[in-house]
Amino acid sequence: MDLSGAEIVVQCLKDEGVEYIFGYPGGAVLHIYDALFKQDDVKHILVRHEQGATHAADGYARSTGKPGVVLVTSGPGATNAVTGIATAYMDSIPLVVLTGQVPLPVIGSDAFQEADIVGITRPCVKHNFLVKDVTKLAETIKKAFYIATTGRPGPVLVDIPKDITDPRIKVPYEYPRSVSIRSYNPHLKGHRWQIKKAADLLLSARRPMIYSGGGVILGNAAEQLTELTRLLNFPITNTLMGLGGYPATDRQFVGMLGMHGTYEANMAMHDCDVLLAVGARFDDRVTGKIKEFCPGAKIIHIDIDPASISKTVRVDIPIVGEVGGVLADLIEVLRASERQQDRDALSAWWDQIDRWRSMECLRYDRNSTLIKPQFVVEQLYEATGGKAYVTSDVGQHQMWAAQFYHFDYPRRWINSGGLGTMGFGLPAAIGVKLAHPEAEVACITGEASIQMCIQELATALQYRTPIKIVNLNNGYMGMVRQWQEFSYESRYSHSYLETIPDFVKLAEAYGHVGLRIEKPAEVRPALEEALRLKDRTVFLDFQTDPTENVYPMIEAGKAHHEMRLAPGVAAERELA
Amino acid sequence: MRHIISILIENESGALSRVAGLFSARGYNIESLTVAPTEDASLSRMTVVTSGSDEIIEQITKQLNKLIDVVKLIDISESSHIERELMLIKVRALDGAREEIVRLADIFRGKIIDVTPSSYVIEVTGEKSKLDAFVQTLPTDAIIEVVRSGTTGILRGERGLHV
Ligand SMILES: Cc1cc2nc3c(=O)[nH]c(=O)nc-3n(C[C@H](O)[C@H](O)[C@H](O)COP(=O)(O)OP(=O)(O)OC[C@H]3O[C@@H](n4cnc5c(N)ncnc54)[C@H](O)[C@@H]3O)c2cc1C
Ligand SMILES: Cc1ncc(C[n+]2csc(CCOP(=O)(O)OP(=O)(O)O)c2C)c(N)n1
Ligand SMILES: [Mg+2]
Repeated sequence: MDLSGAEIVVQCLKDEGVEYIFGYPGGAVLHIYDALFKQDDVKHILVRHEQGATHAADGYARSTGKPGVVLVTSGPGATNAVTGIATAYMDSIPLVVLTGQVPLPVIGSDAFQEADIVGITRPCVKHNFLVKDVTKLAETIKKAFYIATTGRPGPVLVDIPKDITDPRIKVPYEYPRSVSIRSYNPHLKGHRWQIKKAADLLLSARRPMIYSGGGVILGNAAEQLTELTRLLNFPITNTLMGLGGYPATDRQFVGMLGMHGTYEANMAMHDCDVLLAVGARFDDRVTGKIKEFCPGAKIIHIDIDPASISKTVRVDIPIVGEVGGVLADLIEVLRASERQQDRDALSAWWDQIDRWRSMECLRYDRNSTLIKPQFVVEQLYEATGGKAYVTSDVGQHQMWAAQFYHFDYPRRWINSGGLGTMGFGLPAAIGVKLAHPEAEVACITGEASIQMCIQELATALQYRTPIKIVNLNNGYMGMVRQWQEFSYESRYSHSYLETIPDFVKLAEAYGHVGLRIEKPAEVRPALEEALRLKDRTVFLDFQTDPTENVYPMIEAGKAHHEMRLAPGVAAERELA
Repeated sequence: MRHIISILIENESGALSRVAGLFSARGYNIESLTVAPTEDASLSRMTVVTSGSDEIIEQITKQLNKLIDVVKLIDISESSHIERELMLIKVRALDGAREEIVRLADIFRGKIIDVTPSSYVIEVTGEKSKLDAFVQTLPTDAIIEVVRSGTTGILRGERGLHV
């Protein structure tokens, strides 16, 4: 079959089984858009800003495990996509980003809408390619999908000069069934001997702890992780990226850890004697002061990326491999082992954890006449039966979403953790809804974040992706204000938003439903009303307490046991 | 500690900047970096001289290995190896100084490869420390220009870095 470069691009997507491509046209990709026009298999979602395309593709990818695909034009189209590419890179999300480029003969001449996007994105992609020969196009696209989705996933960019897609030049097409890259062989199976050593150490633990992260979600290993945790009867904590990897409503789950983690999770980290880290990368938001991280613990670390192991914290037993397989092997070795667990020590450890738990560190004032943001998330959790897909933006609302929406299932919690990209939530929710049209999709956001990609409200209307936008409107860049309160003697330098738009009118202007909620008693009815409007996007603008802070908090440079607690909780501890 | 990392990398445009970019983005030291094609036209051989604690060197090798274009690498300073650097040095050579410079070059097994009535170009190869010593030996006002290739190296014995 002879095809033009533009047709090859589209045919590759079909052969790769791509359902949706998120994009925005422009000169350098017009040949490709023309080829898209002539078919219906690959559905194109027209966003309103290229950043939105990358986040929407990213939301699609996070909620399905399939790669998200993006198509943008050269120059400004490509540079607009960079924030979304970096967001995906930091959280190891598989994306294939196709960018148009100026024709090969004029590359390097400062041609119209030329940007060296391969150079610009080099530090924030897993890999990138510039296609210089149309006969290599299909193979390059195949490689892009292969690299993006295997090993530690990540975004891969393919830069395609306009002359490569020329409709007049046809070449034989065949989509390679598989590719092998001699310089790329992701390590898949864990080392048997290391797994055996790990099993022995786990069985000898007196104060064990499991700390699991995004790798469990990315590697679809929630089931194996749950089985292992139950088998051992160990306490487990999740990173922000790992939420849903273990059911949050289960007794063995002690909440998120880290900067805004629970008291019990962080204290248990500090006091544990054996730590099993699974698909987590010892991020600074998680470890706190590195020197005092898990001071008495022997550490086992399962990760597919050798570079994640012993990067910031030295570990005792590294296991490089695909998390699902390694956990399955570990379970098998544990079941076969003759070694007995120290049940008395374990039960004393659980007693200690329950004492920490009884502090109820996430308590907030339930009698306030103002709407507490935590209350809104709790009500959303109940109203959706804990089954919604929840995307978020970045700030306090993100932390409250993580703390108060108890994720029992993987891939339901969709947020930008590594880069912390404001503007992520709305476009991501559109991507999620396209992938799961029957599911409830909520975007928990703040009045500052939502304005960073607000234009995607139009996309939500065009493609009928009804989502519920839960805006925790505190009038501030709350997370910034909180830091200024704690560390800059409440000098709120430029963290107050003086001219907040009327979100109800804004939502209506975009063809959606807007609701403004001012009293606690109106919270649940408003949520119910929004959920009743099944086929509408509803913008719920909750006027929340502008002074509320996220607790507990480990401030910069502090260790896990040095948490700052909510004023009420701290006062009680003083008395006790 | 100083380390010499030898890398086999796909001979693709942009491969060099991936390595150089990695070092700058992650704040690793580079003392020198050399690169040239090998007998296999599809591969380049790169030698990076760097320094850092054991932890940092471990991260450097892991991060380099993660680059898709990197086929193989080895820290040759961990084993018995030979390292060499080439230096071309242009010196002022007038009257009485001419003899002395020739003598010094001889001691360092340097070759004089260009001669004018007032200057020499001397070629010296050896380990970095030898080249440093030669530069030190010359009177500073005699040196017009120093060009060094950066270190390359190879393992001793039969063992080697190849695909
Ligand atoms: C405002 C704000 C506050 C934050 N506060 C907190 C906080 O309090 N607590 C917190 O935890 N985070 C917090 N974060 C998030 C934090 O910045 C990091 O993004 C997060 O901690 C990283 O999670 P992770 O360790 O699970 O790693 P991820 O980024 O999810 O990395 C996954 C790891 O798993 C590995 N992996 C991937 N696939 C596989 C596989 N198939 N098999 C095996 N391994 C695999 C990868 O190599 C990598 O090492 C905050 C972020 C923001 C924006
Ligand atoms: C693109 C971008 N710019 C700046 C920041 C820094 N930042 C982190 S949280 C935050 C405030 C977010 O405010 P809002 O969306 O209202 O959420 P709140 O914290 O009030 O819940 C800012 C500015 C960021 N994370 N991303
Ligand atoms: Mg706010």
